[in-house]
Amino acid sequence: MSSMVSIQNVTKTYSGGFKALDQVSFDIKSGEIFALLGSNGAGKTTLIQAICGLLRITEGAIEVGGSDVVLNAKNAREKIGLVPQELCVDTFESVWNTVSFSRGLFGKPKDPGKIEKILKDLSLWDKRKNRVMTLSGGMKRRVMIAKALSHEPEVLFLDEPTAGVDVELRKDMWNLVRKLQESGVTIILTTHYLEEAEEMADRIGVLSKGKLLVVEDKDVLMKKMGKRQLILEVEDPAVNLPLSLDRFHYTQKGSFFTFQFDVVNEELSIGALMSEIHSANVQYLNLQTKESSLEEIFMEMTRI
Amino acid sequence: MNYRSIWSIYQFEMARMWRTIAQSIASPVLSTSLYFVVFGSAIGSRMESINGVSYGSFIVPGLILLSVLQQSISNASFGIYFPKFTGTIYEVLSAPIGHLEIIFGYVGAAATKSIILGTLIFLTSLLFVPVHVEHPFMMILFLILTSVTFSLLGFMIGIWADGFEKLQIIPLLVITPLTFLGGSFYSIDMLPPFWQKVSMANPVVYLISGFRWSFFGQGDVSLEWSLGMILLFLGICFATTRYIIKTGYKLKN
Repeated sequence: MSSMVSIQNVTKTYSGGFKALDQVSFDIKSGEIFALLGSNGAGKTTLIQAICGLLRITEGAIEVGGSDVVLNAKNAREKIGLVPQELCVDTFESVWNTVSFSRGLFGKPKDPGKIEKILKDLSLWDKRKNRVMTLSGGMKRRVMIAKALSHEPEVLFLDEPTAGVDVELRKDMWNLVRKLQESGVTIILTTHYLEEAEEMADRIGVLSKGKLLVVEDKDVLMKKMGKRQLILEVEDPAVNLPLSLDRFHYTQKGSFFTFQFDVVNEELSIGALMSEIHSANVQYLNLQTKESSLEEIFMEMTRI
Repeated sequence: MNYRSIWSIYQFEMARMWRTIAQSIASPVLSTSLYFVVFGSAIGSRMESINGVSYGSFIVPGLILLSVLQQSISNASFGIYFPKFTGTIYEVLSAPIGHLEIIFGYVGAAATKSIILGTLIFLTSLLFVPVHVEHPFMMILFLILTSVTFSLLGFMIGIWADGFEKLQIIPLLVITPLTFLGGSFYSIDMLPPFWQKVSMANPVVYLISGFRWSFFGQGDVSLEWSLGMILLFLGICFATTRYIIKTGYKLKN
């Protein structure tokens, strides 16, 4: 896949000296779902704003679809749709008017059929004549997405798209994001819900205090950084496990023995452990395995 | 130049005017009509004519400009301040449009509203006082130039303001006094010589004088001075507005 967004050595220092971004470099591939993770103040929104032209970077360069966002801003911005974190809507306008306005603002000719499809996809069609101020928070969030999609962007930025929305709407959003990806749109999302990134993202970038800690394929990241556990429950808590199992790192709590595995270490795999257990004829009542979630990996990475 | 974007901003802003027609149009037309009734029909009928023009007719150009100036500033400042306040400005700033498109869209709409308002006030004045326009082309030109110039000024105020109070400070504390003291209700040569000289430092004098010239063929200063001043002010406002947008002052970090 070719690169849709290229970020090279981007630094943003505010006038007070605070460095919100520090030499951040990575590429976002065309057609992928990229999740940008980081705790509050990590620089996620600053980076998105820099890409979308809402703030000026101090150093570095950003390209969207091959166009520099400063030197060739119009070409770059044509390709971008942005759904900001805050609920910013034209409260007194009707849903139809505010979405149509966004399309015109980006220089696209009127296309009522296109707007109708977007509103129907987002379950907003019945509300098209309603003033935005009369809608619920979740509906307003949908309106913002409709506005961002109205000019048919090639790359869509979703800054905390599911913050404060109910489970049903969150699922709807996930489905929408998948549909958009299928239609060729590149999607960059920031989220606090790490299960969301785990569920949706192809690749993951982690920012901490303005610095990029890692950019990696989600599955690779989880393999590299993830841990597996096998928990063995034995009948007698006083039992001693055979010495041959010592090479597997384990801890005991009552009748439960917890074995830790590095996902990448083949020699000390769960399979090898199970062979040893059977060879040593260890009697057990129950066993279960557990894998690190993205949340646990994220917590581990940003703990520094 | 992205004409569709300009048109979208323009239409969006004009839609706001129709949505708030009581505030945007009816209110200034009504309040100016009250001036025509009080100073034109009632008091004006007992006052001497000024340079051969009845007092009721004399104040028409000044009152039209008084409303046009105030509403141009108000419309343009609110037009850009409100998206800043609600946060929807992000969309304009991230759209593929340049500084000129933003200015033309917002200022064009604000100036159009003022021109509509000025025209309505003029038509309303005909109900109360006899008015004859000697130079209609110049009247339209002055109305357009004044509306655009003060809409640019209002646009700058809207960008500068970071609260609703600041939106009102310059219109109330600067523009309204300058307009009242700029000859809306009197001819400058009615003042003592010292205050006549002081008045010449008031830019609004030149605007009202030029506009009044288009009605009656006479003004406090020559037509050339009036035209020169309004064009100078327009140029300064346009250049400053463009610079402000270009630098992202109060809009971008």
